[in-house]
Amino acid sequence: MQTHEASLSLKQVTDSRRLSESTDVFRGWVGRRVSRVGRPYGSGVTDSPGAGAATAPRYLDAASSEPLHPAARETLLAALDHGYADPRRLHRAGRNARLLLDNAREVVAQCLGVRRDEVSFTASGTDAVHRGLLGLLRGRPHHGQRVVHSAVEHSAVLHAARWAQAPQAPPLSVGCDARGRVSPEDLAAAVAEAGGAAGVGAAALQAANHEVGTVQDVAGAAAALAELEVPLFVDACASMGRLPLPEGWATAAGSAHKWGGPAGVGVLLVRKGARWATPFPGDDRVDERAAGFENVPAALAAAAALQAVVAEREETAARQHALVARLRERVAAEVPDVEVVGDPDHRLPHVVTFSCLYVDGEALVTELDRAGFGVASGSACTASTLEPSHVLAAMGALTHGNVRVSLTRESTADDVDALMAVLPGVVASIRERLGA
Amino acid sequence: MSEPSQPLDLELDCRGLACPLPVIRLAQRIGEVPVGGLLGVAATDAAARVDVPAWCRMRQQEYVGERAAPDGVPVFVVRRLG
Repeated sequence: MQTHEASLSLKQVTDSRRLSESTDVFRGWVGRRVSRVGRPYGSGVTDSPGAGAATAPRYLDAASSEPLHPAARETLLAALDHGYADPRRLHRAGRNARLLLDNAREVVAQCLGVRRDEVSFTASGTDAVHRGLLGLLRGRPHHGQRVVHSAVEHSAVLHAARWAQAPQAPPLSVGCDARGRVSPEDLAAAVAEAGGAAGVGAAALQAANHEVGTVQDVAGAAAALAELEVPLFVDACASMGRLPLPEGWATAAGSAHKWGGPAGVGVLLVRKGARWATPFPGDDRVDERAAGFENVPAALAAAAALQAVVAEREETAARQHALVARLRERVAAEVPDVEVVGDPDHRLPHVVTFSCLYVDGEALVTELDRAGFGVASGSACTASTLEPSHVLAAMGALTHGNVRVSLTRESTADDVDALMAVLPGVVASIRERLGA
Repeated sequence: MSEPSQPLDLELDCRGLACPLPVIRLAQRIGEVPVGGLLGVAATDAAARVDVPAWCRMRQQEYVGERAAPDGVPVFVVRRLG
C-alpha cells in the first residue's frame, strides 16, 4: 500500500488536537473515568491480575464497535492532511486525494479477494446494506420485487426490505433453528413458493449473526438460489476482516468500525456482472454506486485497518475462539439458570451471548458496567424500541437477562477470568433484588 | 396437547409488568397448580411471548399456547409437568 506520502506532517495534527482540548469539545466526556477503553496499544502495558476492575474498565463490546486499530489511527491522522481535496479535481491536491482513494479501494479488494471495481465506499455499513439489497431490486425492475430474508438479519436489512416492499408483496421472513442457523433449503423453498425470479427480486442472508455469532451457510444458500436465478445479498458486517468473505453473493456489505477502522465507512461489494442500479438519487462523484463527497482519509484508514486485521487474522481468530469457548463453558458451569446461545463451534471467533433467567438485562448491563465491564444486551429493556431482540425471539431463546460479550483484538484470558470473577455475584444480587 | 377450552387452574395478572417479572411470577406460582393443571400468564410485556415458552423449555414444563383475555391481553398458558 502506498501510504508513504501520508506519513508526513503528524506535527500539525498534534497541534490541532491540543486546540480541540482547549476549546472543550470533550466536555462531559467520561474518558477520564474509563480511560482504558482505548488501551495503550503497543505500549506493552497489561493489567496486573486483581488490580481492581473498577479502576481498569474492560471494553467487551467489539461486535458493536472495535477500538480503532493503531494502523488505522496512524493512517487516518496522516491522511487528514493529504486527502482533504476533491478527488475529482485535476489539480495536484485533487490527484493526491484520488490516489489515496484508489489505494484504499485496491487494498480492500486484495484483503477481501475481490476485484477492485467491485468495491465501493459508502457512508456507513447500514448505507452499504441498503444499497446492496435495494440496488438488486432496482437492477431488475421487470422481475419480482419481493425480498426474502432470514429472520435473524440485522435490523438494517429488515428496514430496507420493508421500505422496498411492493403493496401486495411484503418481505418474507425465513426462520432458523435453535442455534440461529438458517437452512439454505428453507430459504430456497420460500423463494420458490413466492414465485422464484418472477416474484422475488432478491434474497438476503448474513455471513454471520451479529448478536449470537452463528455463521450461516452462505455458499449453500447461494447455490440453491442460483438455480432459481434469484440474486443473493450478503450482510457481512459482523464478520468482515475476521473470517474470509463467503462466496456466492451478488452484492455484499461491510462496516469498517466493526473491524477496527473508523466509523463512517461502509464497504459495498457488487459482483462483476450482477444487475445492480442505484436505488437512491445518483451523484456525479468518483464512484456511481455511492453518493456524497468521499471521506478519503477514513476510507484509507479503514483499508489500513483491514489490511492489518487480515494479516493477523488466523492468530487473532484462534486466540479469540479459544477464549470464547472458555467463557461459554464457565458461564454455563458457574451461573445457575443460564442459557448460552448460538452455535458453539461454527461461530464468529469473538462473540458469546447468554441469557440469565429472572434477571433484567438493563440491570445486568448497568451492574457489569459499574464493575468495570462494557457489554451489550438484546433484552427489550435495553432496546430503543423496547422490543426484545428479534434474533433471540426467532431462535426461541430467552430474551430477558441477555448479555453479549464480544472480545476486542486485545482481550486476554485475564479479561475473561475477571468477568467470571464478578458475573455470578452480579446475577445473584439482581435476582435477589427482584425477589426471584 | 390440551383442549383449547380446558379451564385455567390459575391466572396471573402480569399486566403492566416489564420483563423479567412475568416469568418470575410464573416460576413463583407454578407450584400452586396441580401436576397436569394449567397456569395462565396475562402479560402486556412483549418479551413474555418469547420468554414464557423459553422458560418452559428450560424448566421442563409444557408451553400450551396463547389465549386472549376478555380485555384482549394475551394469556400465555403453561401446563405443569412436575
